[in-house]
Amino acid sequence: MEKKLIRRRRLKNALFQGALISIIVFSILILLLLLYQVFKVGLSHLSLSFITSMPSRFAARAGIASALAGSIWTISLTILFAIPLGVGTALYLEEYANKKSWFTKILEINIANLAGVPAIVYGMLGLAVFVRFLNFQRSILSGALTLALLILPVIIVASQEALKSVPSTLKEGSYALGVSKWQTITGVVLPYSLPGILTGSILAVSRAMGEAAPLIMIGAAGYIGFMPKSPLDSFTVLPIQIFNWTSRPQAEFQDIAATGIIVLLVLLLTMNAIAIVLRNKYQNRMD
Amino acid sequence: MKRKLKKREFLIEKLLILFAGITIVTTLAIVLTLFGETFQFFKEVPILDFLTGKTWAPTLVPKSFGVLPLLVGTLMIAVFSSIISLPLGLGSAIYLSEYAKTRTRKIIKPILELLAGIPSIVYGFFALTFITPLIRQILPQTQVFNVASASIAVGIMTLPMVASLCEDAMMAVPNSVRNGAYALGSTKMEVALKIIIPSTKSSIASAFVLAISRAIGETMIVAIAAGQSPVLTFNPLESIQTMTGFMVNMSLGEISQGTLEYKTVFAVGTMLFFMTLIMNLIARGILYRNRERY
Repeated sequence: MEKKLIRRRRLKNALFQGALISIIVFSILILLLLLYQVFKVGLSHLSLSFITSMPSRFAARAGIASALAGSIWTISLTILFAIPLGVGTALYLEEYANKKSWFTKILEINIANLAGVPAIVYGMLGLAVFVRFLNFQRSILSGALTLALLILPVIIVASQEALKSVPSTLKEGSYALGVSKWQTITGVVLPYSLPGILTGSILAVSRAMGEAAPLIMIGAAGYIGFMPKSPLDSFTVLPIQIFNWTSRPQAEFQDIAATGIIVLLVLLLTMNAIAIVLRNKYQNRMD
Repeated sequence: MKRKLKKREFLIEKLLILFAGITIVTTLAIVLTLFGETFQFFKEVPILDFLTGKTWAPTLVPKSFGVLPLLVGTLMIAVFSSIISLPLGLGSAIYLSEYAKTRTRKIIKPILELLAGIPSIVYGFFALTFITPLIRQILPQTQVFNVASASIAVGIMTLPMVASLCEDAMMAVPNSVRNGAYALGSTKMEVALKIIIPSTKSSIASAFVLAISRAIGETMIVAIAAGQSPVLTFNPLESIQTMTGFMVNMSLGEISQGTLEYKTVFAVGTMLFFMTLIMNLIARGILYRNRERY
């Protein structure tokens, strides 16, 4: 009787474990299927001319040159705005702010809420403030500012985590030598937390690179036939170009949408891989 | 020399406060712009017609501004995607924290992170070109654009978030608790279901609410795969339009400021903002009220 019960409990456990493993296998299979589908459809169109050509009415001649340039422009400016602001805010919250003051509490609650605001709502903010109110028009600058605000909470939270991991003994050692606060930050705190900050920032930036919705809201165009030359030019980005092609009824355009996705994924996965390698190195050092 | 240093330190601190203040300005700007345009919208469209009307036709003649079709469409995506993301996310978390060896976890976690890092536009493409044809093979009456396909894609996209939030909470349960149960002869399943899940239930609940909130705000997948027809239906095999889908669709054409179309987009956006805000506050409230301390 007793033995039977134990055997039943073990059997249940084995079945449960089997179910959990199949869930994990399902997730991995989905990832593989997704990649397989994209490469199966898109790989045959991947060529140098696809990357160097402008979009076209004819799928066979269309390329992503203007979208790729738009993405690079937009993301570079986004990095320029978002990382100093995000790291600066994190530094204020971790190194300067009085943790008990109401201002700090409001700041932290507010940042947590901003992180949950849907991307498309940031697009509306960008449309009302950057495009109309500040009159930057539907430009790269408007897009980059919008994306910067979108990823700001992610960068702040990731940087805060990295800053928290700096041992207080290191800081105290620095203060004991008579070094000022800012010098301690630039000489001790930032070098120690840099890998963590970089990991979080890279992940945030790669999220911005894949965003289409907020940029559609601020009116980034679906078709751009020239290379953007300045931050005030109108623009498109890779995800919008892909969206534009995907939503056309002709099958040829869906094929080149897949080719565009390959380019986008290669860029994103490279960034993600760098972030993961950085983090693993960092974790080993912490252990 | 010393005074100069002090002045620099002072200026840097002020500059950093200014940076931090930008996050507050962002929130204020979101609320003000959304409210401003929405207020203008309700001057032209009675609020009751908006909230209870069953026909959404803001660009047709006669115009009609009943938001229910968009709301029902959005909620359908949220509900059906949860059927995928919640159990699978929770299951992955249990496996990773209770069953997997350290080495297995080191391989599986990056895979889940990759899944989380894929842009929604790619999931949209996958839904339209892979999931939809698959569903149509099994259920031929399915429309080309449909709720089911988009929901599955949204569910897959939010799965890693659920998994990672739940796993973090489970890993925080100290091993002494597990070892105590093992010493009494519990199997891993009993530990997972009777000890780990009950002691992390607030984190799990909050992760679930956040996942639903993400699904409500998800845009590109539904814009591509769920369709652009604002019909009031509960059939997941039919084409619908979500709130976000409408906003994207309107923005693809030129809409100029001051027109009713422009205000309509903001009114729908305000509703979306409030729905996600309330869910995020609920999620944090759950966590805050049931903090487990070890």
